[in-house]
Amino acid sequence: MPVKTYREAINEALHQAMAEDSSVIVLGEEVSGGAGCDGSRDAYGGVMGVTKGLLPTYGDSRVIDTPITESAIIGAAAGAAQTGLRPVAELMFMDFFGVCFDQIYNQAAKFHYMFGGKAKCPMVIRCTTGAGWRAGAQHSQNLTQMVTMVPGLKVVCPTNAYDAKGLMLQAIQDDDCVIFVEDKILYDTSCEVPDEMYTVPFGEAKYYREGKDLTIVAISNPMHKVLAVADRLEAEGITCDVIDPRTTSPLDEEAILESVEMTGRLVVVDEMTPRCGIASDISSIVAEKAFGSLRAPIKKVTAAHSPVPFAPNLEDAWIPQEADIEAAVRQVLEYAS
Amino acid sequence: MSLDTQEITKPKASTAGMSKQQFLKAYRTMRTIRDFEAKISEQFMKGNIPGFLHLYSGQEAVAAGLCLLLEDDDYVISTHRGHGHCIAKGGDVGGMMKEIMAKQGGLCDGKGGSMHIADFDKGMLGANAIVGGGPPIIVGAALSAKTLGTDRVGVAFGGDGSSNQGTTFEAMNLAVVLKLPAIFLFENNGYGEGTHASYAVGSKDIASRAQGFGMPAYKVDGTDLFAVYEVCKQVVEHCRQGKGPVTIEANVPRFKGHFEGDPQAYRGDGEIERLMKDEDCLVIARKAAIKNKLASAKELDAIDEEIASYINEVTEAALAAPAPGDEELLTNVYSSAY
Ligand SMILES: Cc1ncc(C[n+]2csc(CCOP(=O)(O)OP(=O)(O)O)c2C)c(N)n1
Ligand SMILES: [Mg+2]
Repeated sequence: MPVKTYREAINEALHQAMAEDSSVIVLGEEVSGGAGCDGSRDAYGGVMGVTKGLLPTYGDSRVIDTPITESAIIGAAAGAAQTGLRPVAELMFMDFFGVCFDQIYNQAAKFHYMFGGKAKCPMVIRCTTGAGWRAGAQHSQNLTQMVTMVPGLKVVCPTNAYDAKGLMLQAIQDDDCVIFVEDKILYDTSCEVPDEMYTVPFGEAKYYREGKDLTIVAISNPMHKVLAVADRLEAEGITCDVIDPRTTSPLDEEAILESVEMTGRLVVVDEMTPRCGIASDISSIVAEKAFGSLRAPIKKVTAAHSPVPFAPNLEDAWIPQEADIEAAVRQVLEYAS
Repeated sequence: MSLDTQEITKPKASTAGMSKQQFLKAYRTMRTIRDFEAKISEQFMKGNIPGFLHLYSGQEAVAAGLCLLLEDDDYVISTHRGHGHCIAKGGDVGGMMKEIMAKQGGLCDGKGGSMHIADFDKGMLGANAIVGGGPPIIVGAALSAKTLGTDRVGVAFGGDGSSNQGTTFEAMNLAVVLKLPAIFLFENNGYGEGTHASYAVGSKDIASRAQGFGMPAYKVDGTDLFAVYEVCKQVVEHCRQGKGPVTIEANVPRFKGHFEGDPQAYRGDGEIERLMKDEDCLVIARKAAIKNKLASAKELDAIDEEIASYINEVTEAALAAPAPGDEELLTNVYSSAY
């Protein structure tokens, strides 16, 4: 099977969805780039290069470079979704959600319910997220928790190229507003990705590893640190269930609960601020629904309760690292009730 | 003042009545910005600067011309392209270098970096990594000035791209409604990242929009320090007298990429070379000053030399400075007990 990067996998999904369905459009800032310029069009193909090549294939009526105007991008996508198109809107950095959050959580998310099921909003909002680029407080945040808490939104956070393609194709054919969270650290990671179209269903967790001593749940790029820790532990004879929910909304509670019922120990990892986060949410679900199975307190490993700092040493201290994950895991394993 | 957009491409007098002392100050500012950025570009390539850098190179006359008319307690707010605004407003250049290198002694203690460069002692309310983030905030600064009865003004620097953002429109309208001493200074460098203003600015021209909001607007050739100064003199005066907000659109070249490392495939053949040859505000100002006997080539060369060695000095100091202590991670999240 061909090996593709996370970036290529999403790009391929967009190409295939656009080829198959003429109602799929892509819009956002620099999704091709070079509009109105003397040099080449498709100069960026998205700031992360994910939408490269769409403009030459599908033209500027379906691949739309917009001015810098997030509220209008999302509002227009929502309006177009209500009236027959399937827009894939790009918001570049997830940090920019703030500019247009009304259009996301008061508008797109609520059409279907508020209008008694008469309206649909089949749109995807793509964004990039995550710390580690020394990009500072306004270009590094993972705000997945802010969208996960909104009823009506579906939230996808792929951790590998295979899932990224399948989840994107699922997102485009889904009839609800889907927030598609791409972790900037993952764009150049690769794995085997089939050429043909396929979907990965929402609300179905992936088991990266299966084991019996401990359950580790991780969201987005911290998953790869978790895997490194799990592999080290395996060398010591300790085996873990490593679970990637893949979508935080819907959330595959069953997979997590089933695993914890067997292992009795849980560590949850995300790269968000700790209060009211995804790790807290998953912890509370387990505490509520699998209390009887727990043999140790649940441990969360998250970022720090501060904006993302610029200085590399501070940013590294902010980000949950392998060592933090390993320490948490050992603490939970060593807890004797 | 009429609400007509006034186009000022050349100052009425070729040096706009600028004194020698003022010119030398502005020239020094422009040269400092140019050299500072050349140095950080070099240090970025060497791996000594983390994160993103958006350079102001080519636009120096705008910040320098405007800031000649401002005091330390006037306010400016900037964009992601903020080094020039900070230096022109009197920002601490050594503290900037340390900040950009994420070192102790940086203006934001290493927590901000290039995209959040700020110097509150000098009324520089910060670079801003959210396009359109600044204009509403400067409306607040102008509101403080009006409410507190000072004759201070607030200037929101913005790009052509930022002129399309809803937050910018809202801020402009509110400033008119409240008749605030706010200046919206759009530096039209032709590009928002790799999208041309001729495509993204529907009205083609930013100044005429301001008229629609009910405030006077000027267009000025931003490569001409003297023209910028002449316009800003009128505009700052208008604001200090409590006559409400004004917009200025300054046309400028952008010599570098959107960010350092930008491949710039969207540029035309030979475009950058042509801009650097014909539209370099430092060259233009220097020529005009010498011709009008505001300064001699020798005097200006001496300034150039002095600034070059000053920039080397602050660079060495920043390179030698330690990184912030890890314990700084959780300081300053709140300003009072938590
Ligand atoms: C809200 C928001 N949207 C998009 C971006 C990404 N971005 C950063 S700078 C920029 C272009 C800004 O263009 P302009 O206002 O003309 O300023 P210039 O870069 O030319 O100085 C864009 C799109 C951002 N930082 N914030
Ligand atoms: Mg611009």
